[in-house]
Amino acid sequence: MMSKTKLSRRGLLKGSAAAGVALATPTIFSSNVWAAGYTNEPKGSTVTLGFNVPQTGAYADEGADELRAYELAVEHINGEGDGGMLNTFSSKALQGNGVNGKKVTFVTGDTQTKSDAARASAKRMIEKDGAVMITGGSSSGVAIAVQGLCQDAGVIFMAGLTHSNDTTGKDKRANGFRHFFNTEMSGAALGPVLKNNFGTERTAYHLTADYTWGWSQEGSIKKYTEQLGWQTAAAVRTPLGAGDFSQYITPVLNSGADVLVLNHYGRDMVNSLTQAVQFGLRDKQVNGKDFAIVVPLYSRLMAQGAGENVKGIFGSTNWHWSLQDEGSKAFVKSFGQKYGFPPSQAAHTTYCQALIYADAAQRAGTFRPSGVGAALEGFDFDGLGNGPTTYRADDHQCFKDVLVVKGKENPASKFDVLEVVEVTPRAQVEYPASMLGGELGPYNDGA
Amino acid sequence: MKQLFSLERKDVILLVCFTAAVFAGPILMKPLGAGYPDLLQKFAIFGIFALGFNILFGLTGYLSFGHAAFLGVGSYTAVWTFKLLSMNPVPAIIFATVIGGLFSAVIGFISLRRTGIYFSILTLAFAQMSYNLAYSVLTPITNGETGLQLNQADPRVLDIAFGRDYGAVLPSSDLFGIDMTGWPGFYFCATMLIICFFIALRIFRSPFGMMLRAIKSNQNRMMYTGFNTRPYALAAFVISGMYAGLAGGLMAVTDPLAGAERMQWTASGEVVLMTILGGAGTLLGPVIGAGAIKYFENIFSAYNDGILQEAFSFLPEGLQHVFVSVSSLFVGEGWHLTLGALFMLIVIFLPGGLMEGIRRIQVLISNRFGSGGGGADAKSNPAPAE
Amino acid sequence: MDAFFLQILNGLDKGGAYALIALGLTIIFGTLGVVNFAHGALFMMGAFCAVTVKALLGLESVREDPTQMTAWGTPVEIREPYVETWFGDFGTFLLDFSVPVSILVALPIMLFIGIAMERGLIRYFYKRPHAEQILVTFGLAIVLQEIVKSIFGANPIPQPAPDVARGMIDFGVSIGFDAGNVVYPAWRLIYFLFSLAVIGAVFAFLQFTTFGMVVRAGMADRETVGLLGIDIDRRFTIVFGIAAVVAGLAGAMYTPILSPDYHMGMDFLVLSFVVVVVGGMGSLGGAVAAGFLLGVLQSFASMNEVKAILPGIDQIIIYLIAVVILLVRPRGLMGRKGVMEH
Repeated sequence: MMSKTKLSRRGLLKGSAAAGVALATPTIFSSNVWAAGYTNEPKGSTVTLGFNVPQTGAYADEGADELRAYELAVEHINGEGDGGMLNTFSSKALQGNGVNGKKVTFVTGDTQTKSDAARASAKRMIEKDGAVMITGGSSSGVAIAVQGLCQDAGVIFMAGLTHSNDTTGKDKRANGFRHFFNTEMSGAALGPVLKNNFGTERTAYHLTADYTWGWSQEGSIKKYTEQLGWQTAAAVRTPLGAGDFSQYITPVLNSGADVLVLNHYGRDMVNSLTQAVQFGLRDKQVNGKDFAIVVPLYSRLMAQGAGENVKGIFGSTNWHWSLQDEGSKAFVKSFGQKYGFPPSQAAHTTYCQALIYADAAQRAGTFRPSGVGAALEGFDFDGLGNGPTTYRADDHQCFKDVLVVKGKENPASKFDVLEVVEVTPRAQVEYPASMLGGELGPYNDGA
Repeated sequence: MKQLFSLERKDVILLVCFTAAVFAGPILMKPLGAGYPDLLQKFAIFGIFALGFNILFGLTGYLSFGHAAFLGVGSYTAVWTFKLLSMNPVPAIIFATVIGGLFSAVIGFISLRRTGIYFSILTLAFAQMSYNLAYSVLTPITNGETGLQLNQADPRVLDIAFGRDYGAVLPSSDLFGIDMTGWPGFYFCATMLIICFFIALRIFRSPFGMMLRAIKSNQNRMMYTGFNTRPYALAAFVISGMYAGLAGGLMAVTDPLAGAERMQWTASGEVVLMTILGGAGTLLGPVIGAGAIKYFENIFSAYNDGILQEAFSFLPEGLQHVFVSVSSLFVGEGWHLTLGALFMLIVIFLPGGLMEGIRRIQVLISNRFGSGGGGADAKSNPAPAE
Repeated sequence: MDAFFLQILNGLDKGGAYALIALGLTIIFGTLGVVNFAHGALFMMGAFCAVTVKALLGLESVREDPTQMTAWGTPVEIREPYVETWFGDFGTFLLDFSVPVSILVALPIMLFIGIAMERGLIRYFYKRPHAEQILVTFGLAIVLQEIVKSIFGANPIPQPAPDVARGMIDFGVSIGFDAGNVVYPAWRLIYFLFSLAVIGAVFAFLQFTTFGMVVRAGMADRETVGLLGIDIDRRFTIVFGIAAVVAGLAGAMYTPILSPDYHMGMDFLVLSFVVVVVGGMGSLGGAVAAGFLLGVLQSFASMNEVKAILPGIDQIIIYLIAVVILLVRPRGLMGRKGVMEH
């Protein structure tokens, strides 16, 4: 360890070098963190961002993709590479020379998809490495936990993959912003597509992961399908990580329901979907109608784990690499050339969040959370892949088009798992901020 | 019975050295990259947790696989105390310790009806039930996956009564005006650690401690002599449950959030690993083991390719690439691999844990310099526990 | 009634997996006295034998087609599995049957892994305290799963059953239910029968061979058997290998039901210990009985009718049963006195 310290002092050339030094020799002593104008105000020629992603556990692959996207974003912000979506981004504040004249460096950490580990990791970034912004993650529990921490510490939090309403609803915080969509928008986007494909006389059976996100997802799908005139036969809670779902699937067979809604994510989704198909649900006929399975939140990376079983199954997603707008094309090209495969929605979300944060800081001319926040609130932009987009001031939730996708029947490659059925326009998924409750509170600059 | 606070000279030295080392933590740990408040708080908190666990496991040999449940209960209790009564950490940790103790008394009373692996599985079963329920059905009390958090609208009866108003921002715990996040939080935890260490030392040296060791060496013989061991084992169980509750309370003090995953079996397993890694049955071992595991978790996971490239930048391009890709298997997303390998190496080569390594070095030094101190020291360390 | 019957089938199916894992674990306990925390990892390794076989069978020749471009501007790759190029239809058949084929591969590999583990590591821990056995095997489990993760990634990998076994079998008709009421996936029935066959084979081996007799004698009294001049150590090596094979086969055959990922061993670890302890330490029959019992009860606890009365019961049922059984029967269902009670 000691020898490493000496070595890293020698070559302070690369972008990530500063991060290495900060790790080995904690010059930024936390006690004077609070004495600065705001938490971790960058004094030198660099500014440090904290990328906090799952590197171990069930979402490690998603986390790895997030990290790839972050590295790409930092390259682009610092003016390296082909610039990616910076070229299509409607805001032209970033010049490719870092942010506010400072070169962007980053530190990384492992959330383990556990709130405690994620907070410990974020705290290290704030207390030791001097990060002015924390971003990343792959679950709502973690996102809400880290968001609360960032509010207390006085840094900006750009949530990663978090789909629960609570992140920008009940548990929203002024210092936190979310680019990803939520269960409410999934329901609103899926409703009309389900109606067009399956009609209005359907009976749905829900299997729901037994924790906050699952309940939230179940609630919104129920709400929008019951508006269409669908019945809900039952909504059954399944333990997280159940593995074998057969005991929950067999009751569906003779329940009279003709739609199965799997409010599961990650491994639970892969397993429950695989097993539902195994039990013949996809090919079944009930009441003279073809049985249908719906997975409200799709992730292409995870869907690969279910293989052939996703074929023809509807769901919603934040972004997909086959989109043909200029921003998406530029991003896929840039990412694919660097890594050899297309980016996931997790990668897209985190790339956008790093870029949007950098742009806001540049426009604000400061990294002070209240300043950056003011630049983000009500910010309208385009060119990042989901059409015209707004960061709403009232709840710091991002509003943009939502994709309804379907498992592809004849995939051309192993990445070609989903096809976009419909791009639901933003107006259709908007809801009043007051609907989800919660209190933003004031910004905390930490000074 | 001797006076409660009388210690042998050797123990006084140990306690003084320990106190000095703990308070010098920020300086000692700085060159290792661990000199920031959060990690040092974690060292102290998990040190307490492992110290308590060691009183049960190291002395009596009862291997509990459910101690994380008491830690979790302590955390929930502390956060609820913050919400309902006051942001002052003192009532929070008192309640956390008491409730942790009560909860462990109930579970201990049932589990201690069995011994060996049957006991382990009973404790594991109770902890897993607590975790699963806290994550799902008990969400109104625990706030489930998200974890129990503070709210601006919390009643905080005592704070209101004493006229403390936190305004529109979320409060953080403070000891009569001293903010418990950051360095003051560490010194608070460190003080608790030293008190806990002192109590553990007293227990180790007391007739009660002797009794617990006797349970481990041969429970049957104790029973045949007409001695009922269960009250002693239960006392040890409750004491370690209170340590766990206190540790959970301190986690909430330094970071007011309580999540269900603190109670998962992996968390229970972690404290077992900390204790064995450091050296079960030794006084210092568990604290060292706790520090080692938390250090790996927080520092090794933080290395990424960029940092590695920098570290190996003195090598020629091709060689640098090889070194970076090999070492990146062990850090960053591969830090678990290092941890697993470390467990294996320690237990293969140092069966008594890290403490045995320290002892061997002591012996080596004393042999080389011919002083007799090392031998006496080695005797005072009990053999590693089963 | 048919719903009830289906839940029994679900339970037996799950129970088959539990019983297989617990069987190997309890053999190791009973004969070697070792607490093997790497047993879940062996289950996972078996599953990844299947993944590897499929990957090897699916090795593709890659041609670049310069006329077509991917979205990120590189030529489209045209892939064709070698086995299909070389063997035509038989190659396609092999690919389709990769899971059953992998059984043949997993058997020697798992035997080798088991023997290597015992010779290289476990045998040094026979006389060491249980706590140290736990630490070293847990470390080994982490190392094994991290290696798998670094090769295969963290996401689950789909592992379809052969086409013929992908359908449903109208199982109920043959035992008197109306047609279409009790239909069950073919592969799950196969898995259940497979688990019975493996359990039967293990029992037969221990019951009817001289080798098995010595092992059983060794389980009862290791020292005496050693005094009789029998090299019990070598036999124990084989026993460990067999336990690894049983766990590995359970894992390989389970892959069409549960898409394997590197962490699946840890998920089964706690459960398998509960099964073994409920069955009674050192009792092979107990482990099997407990596996099926817990599987079936878990299925019943998940029924809506039960959950309506006791919400969340399916979350804790396994542990609740463990507590109740251990309090009523101190050594589990069929445990012997003195095994692992210290």
